[in-house]
Amino acid sequence: MRLIIGEVITGIGTVFLFLGSLGIFRLPDVYNRVQAGTKCATLGAFLTIIGVGVMQPDWFWKALIIALFILISNPISSHALGRASLKSGVRLCDKSVVNKTEEFGRYNKK
Amino acid sequence: MSETIFYIFLIIIGAGVILCLLRMLKGPTASDRAIAVDTVTTIVVALLVLLGFFFKRYVYLDVSLVYSVISFVGLVAIARFLEKGI
Repeated sequence: MRLIIGEVITGIGTVFLFLGSLGIFRLPDVYNRVQAGTKCATLGAFLTIIGVGVMQPDWFWKALIIALFILISNPISSHALGRASLKSGVRLCDKSVVNKTEEFGRYNKK
Repeated sequence: MSETIFYIFLIIIGAGVILCLLRMLKGPTASDRAIAVDTVTTIVVALLVLLGFFFKRYVYLDVSLVYSVISFVGLVAIARFLEKGI
């Protein structure tokens, strides 16, 4: 029973990892790719590692430590990358509707 | 976990890694490549835990933890470099 629950959780996690990679490949812009990669890959890795911890109960606490570290560190690194690409002058794609960061003078240097 | 389910998981994760590597080859700017590498490292951390469960090696969890820490530090360094230069 525990094996079946763990396999279902791990399967959902792998599907989310694949969807995150698909978003990385298909979305048109740097910032869209940032949000696709961060959200889907973080949730997918979290679910995969927790599923392995459910299938093998001796490893659960260490898997939980790894999953919590990914849950904390991955949004921080993606935020740093997005902010760096905004500051280094990467523009939004043509279909974007609004850009709030033009109100701040120190972003969007030409 | 039976071998068939493990191979199905492995094929799904491998397809994701291949898509990310294609974006890393194509990407117009340096930020695209850095984001693709970020996603690949996150996927590889999950894949190492899965491989450690399948091969019944406890060491793979240590490898996964150290790999995630080193990838985090490296990506923050790359972001710092893109923002201001060294």
